[in-house]
Amino acid sequence: MKVYIEKLDQFKEVDAKTVKELLKKLEINPTTVIVTVNDELVTDEVKIKENDEIKLLSVISGG
Amino acid sequence: MACDKCFEKPVIKVTGSENSFCKACFFKYFEKKVKKTITKYNLIEKNDHIIVAVSGGKDSTVLLNLLVKVLKGRDDVKITALAIDEGIKGYRDKSLEHIKKICEDLKVELKLFSYEKEFGKSLDEILKTYKGIPCSVCGVFRRYLLNKKSKEIGGNKLATGHNMDDEAQTILMNNFRNNIKVSARMGPITGIISDKRFIKRIKPLYFLTEKEITSYAYLKGLMDKFNECPHDSDSYRAQVRDMLNDFEAKYEGTKNGIITAFLEILPLLKKHYKEEEFDEIQNCKICEEPCSGEICKACTFVEKVIKN
Repeated sequence: MKVYIEKLDQFKEVDAKTVKELLKKLEINPTTVIVTVNDELVTDEVKIKENDEIKLLSVISGG
Repeated sequence: MACDKCFEKPVIKVTGSENSFCKACFFKYFEKKVKKTITKYNLIEKNDHIIVAVSGGKDSTVLLNLLVKVLKGRDDVKITALAIDEGIKGYRDKSLEHIKKICEDLKVELKLFSYEKEFGKSLDEILKTYKGIPCSVCGVFRRYLLNKKSKEIGGNKLATGHNMDDEAQTILMNNFRNNIKVSARMGPITGIISDKRFIKRIKPLYFLTEKEITSYAYLKGLMDKFNECPHDSDSYRAQVRDMLNDFEAKYEGTKNGIITAFLEILPLLKKHYKEEEFDEIQNCKICEEPCSGEICKACTFVEKVIKN
């Protein structure tokens, strides 16, 4: 599945069954992003499917 | 898994606990936490004129929205937004557009000051010749303007969007650099002594993490594209932040533990440094703003970095 990573402004192809697994495969610390699936904010436990639109939005911003 | 309060679909698991909340219950949790911080630490009092430091980033955008909401109907308390334009092309110009719109929507007056007008050069211009760490000069100028301009506008308190992550990072940085005296000025309401030359700073988002604030901003539709400052990765803070995030991922509740332990010892730190602090504050011989030496750090930078 395609995942948009805001910090990099890039899409990456990853195969995962849950958000938690997805972050682990991308080596992204879960405390540094919020995850939306089809524009809905979700927790790490949520299951994901091939056609879901997944975005990883960075929680870090300069002041 | 369901929301711990109402069994709806959860949107977030909050830090340092096993609680997961749905959208509506998360809003309640979040807003209650801010109100509790304001009440417990007496952050807002009768007839206050609160200057809200806004950058267009998520923390200050959420802060301004919440203060307007919390203070609705309080005719005795005034809110003014204050923004600093450092002059970072492609970053600050974009976030300022966002905050102008937010202030218009909330009907809050916005006062804007720039490095270029106040010091003679934008940060981008300064960095063409200054080869030190950008955050050093930028931080000094920003803190200087926030204090000076808040007083000029007539405010008696400055509200900032500092969150649990910011505070935990600063506590560690001060420890690592043996700067404990600086930590004595921290906490949800800053300052050791009451001195009119320093505006009191309040931090209503103190007990909320960056992730919780971003989640709230997203769910409330307050998100713009909050870019990271292009100079951020150069900073010591960025390294401490990454280290702390790694630790939080491995040992959940670390950030909460750092600030909770810090708040336990803060009264002792304040007591210890009170007299020493009072003796040291002078007025800068150039601008008359308060400082610890004869010339304040901002004027020193202006002389060394801008005029030379």
